[in-house]
Amino acid sequence: MIEWFTYLQVGVAVVAGLLCLALGFAGRQPNDYSMGATLVVELLLIAQLVVAIVSPFAGNPPRGSLPEFYIYMISALLLPPLAGFWALLERNRWSTVVLGVICLAVAVMVYRMYQIWVFQVA
Amino acid sequence: MTANSSSRAVGVGRVLIAVYAILALAATGRSVFQIIDRFSEAPLAFSLSALSALVYILATVALIMRGDTWYRVAWATIGFEFVGVIVVGTLSVFVPSLLGLHGVDPFGRQSTVWSAYGLGYLLIPLALPVLGMIYLHRRRPSVVSVAPVQTAGS
Repeated sequence: MIEWFTYLQVGVAVVAGLLCLALGFAGRQPNDYSMGATLVVELLLIAQLVVAIVSPFAGNPPRGSLPEFYIYMISALLLPPLAGFWALLERNRWSTVVLGVICLAVAVMVYRMYQIWVFQVA
Repeated sequence: MTANSSSRAVGVGRVLIAVYAILALAATGRSVFQIIDRFSEAPLAFSLSALSALVYILATVALIMRGDTWYRVAWATIGFEFVGVIVVGTLSVFVPSLLGLHGVDPFGRQSTVWSAYGLGYLLIPLALPVLGMIYLHRRRPSVVSVAPVQTAGS
């Protein structure tokens, strides 16, 4: 993992999550802003996956457990698409809130992945 | 609101279900990994962790499904979680050795979803059953069945 990219990703996911929560509690259906923010979160996760695959070969191996890391990685990758499909099927404010909750969950998971990579001693 | 109001997957309930699903995923992923990787370190704690994961999955399903039976299943699973987080949380803080744990650290390698009342999960495991029970109480069948517009045959 790359430190600055990870912090950027956590920051974006938190902002996206708060945006979706605000839109949802304001009564908005899922729209281009909330869906777009969730899409950005997902794209950054895919980028992070690529970084995680390449990093060990570039002299940046994880200190913690790689399987544990990938359990978080794969779980995190699944969440935004699931919430996104739900938002397409059920168009009301609570789907927007769900998008926000998912983005915040991704932020926590990415931070946890970073802990595993950098701090955890296997 | 649409006609099939007997499903609990409507309104604010869907947020509750989403959070339950995330927690089920988190507890399942973590307990499976801990059991595969280091079961012998704290067998009791990790077994409880796996049990809690199964209960979270069942609770998520029960909240989505409709009907009286699933309503009772939802109560049973959510009640079990509440008792679990209180009992295991208390034990993990005051007598961690009873669970075979070496410390209280809610973020450590032996921590589970219920350790220290779910502190490692932002106390969501403690808050969620309470919110769930409030929600179930407000959407109990006797209240829901009074709601207008029943579809034919359901």
